[in-house]
Amino acid sequence: MAERTITLEVFRYRPDSEQEPTFQSYTVPYREDWVVLDALNYLKDETDGSLSFRWSCRMGVCGSCGMMVNGTPRLSCSAFLKEYYPGPVRVEPLANFPVERDLIVGIDDFMNKLKSVKPWIVRDKEQPVSEGEYRQSPAQLATFKQYSMCINCMLCYAACPVYGLQPDFVGPAAIALAHRYNLDSRDQGQSLRKEVVFSHEAVWECTFVGECSVVCPKDVDPAGAIQQEKALGALDLVKSVLMPWGSR
Amino acid sequence: MARSKNEAFWWSLFAAGGGLAAMLVPVHIIVNGIGEPQGWVSPAGIRDLVAHPLAKLYLLALFSLPFFHCAHRIRHILYDFGLRGMPAPVAIVCYGAALLSTLWAVSVICSL
Amino acid sequence: MKPYRRPISPLWWTKKTSYTLFVLRELTSVFIWAFLLFYLVQLSHLAQGTDEYLAFRDQRASFGWLLFHIVALIAAVYHTVTFFNVSPQAIVVRMGEEKVPPAFIVGPQYAAWLLTSVAIAWIVLR
Repeated sequence: MAERTITLEVFRYRPDSEQEPTFQSYTVPYREDWVVLDALNYLKDETDGSLSFRWSCRMGVCGSCGMMVNGTPRLSCSAFLKEYYPGPVRVEPLANFPVERDLIVGIDDFMNKLKSVKPWIVRDKEQPVSEGEYRQSPAQLATFKQYSMCINCMLCYAACPVYGLQPDFVGPAAIALAHRYNLDSRDQGQSLRKEVVFSHEAVWECTFVGECSVVCPKDVDPAGAIQQEKALGALDLVKSVLMPWGSR
Repeated sequence: MARSKNEAFWWSLFAAGGGLAAMLVPVHIIVNGIGEPQGWVSPAGIRDLVAHPLAKLYLLALFSLPFFHCAHRIRHILYDFGLRGMPAPVAIVCYGAALLSTLWAVSVICSL
Repeated sequence: MKPYRRPISPLWWTKKTSYTLFVLRELTSVFIWAFLLFYLVQLSHLAQGTDEYLAFRDQRASFGWLLFHIVALIAAVYHTVTFFNVSPQAIVVRMGEEKVPPAFIVGPQYAAWLLTSVAIAWIVLR
């Protein structure tokens, strides 16, 4: 019996030689235990060394191999070919991002947005090391642990139509991370973050499509984080009206 | 970027109106939209009912908050349909229409 | 070398079922708004007197109006269901280290919906 194969339709963009992207079809051996990333690596090694894509850990931790697989944002290391057999499988760079080359997207915008929400523990006054660590109970840890699982894979941005239509939108992962630090009992930076999180470009832009949480490979639920921050933003408004002197 | 209290305000109306509409609108469509024209409700009964101050207060909530809920959704769906280039006019038209609808509701409720 | 920006079609919301359902959810607001306005017209006729009320009420007994109200009812129920079902994402209740399961957030809302609906129907129809 002839070896089974599957067709990959891969998005190609070579800015040095072409103005517009094209799709290129490749046939690769079909193996039950292969993921889309295995097929791409096979292509790069055996067929076409010019094919460019990012990857690293092959086990759903590093967050670098995100791609659109048949129109849905996936980590290509955990999208099995058997989910798509007999194919063809259409592989494209993450939606809503500018394409640098082939399956590689520009991530500068995302990195800047991450930084804008100050995703680290902010203290009014840092206590000296001699006074020991900031202690936290298991219940306090549980409030934010889910939101700390983000691997910055950007699948949520590729799934978010608001980000596609409004590139200013701070977006799911960054707001979820802001929420993670806001919920952290050791953190005192909520009042600093709210200038960004409660801004026009952040939570209020979200219309709760909910797809970010559907595609998240780590069950972070950024959509939930955003709605909870909206409620905090509404509470902040009420507080600033009732107690204008207390609003920082 | 700066904190937007306006957006927090409109969202609060949206959320409150959404909850109210979710709880109350379906039964009113059945009773008043489908049933009332078929004669399920006696004119005298409904007249006495809506004359009660509590009923008026209830009607005020039933109309006003859902109007702002709807306006907020329509504003954002218009952005999604391609009117992102003019955020302020879209917002003014949507919330303005909700405000006018509410004022009309107030005048009708007061005349009952 | 310039990064390539892929254009977004104005019909982006037709490309995926979940996006289409999102747009339908948002458009329920049009039907809810329309129903409330039409009902307000009915109330304004009531304010003018029983004859005016009955004249407009009987007009609303037509098939076209019935059809509109059936569509509006479907839209309103879709709004209710989608509103309640996503609420556990927005409302988080914790008991120690555990999150209260979503069913405990959603369940009471459906119960309250049923009770208020029955109560309102009873008050108006009795």
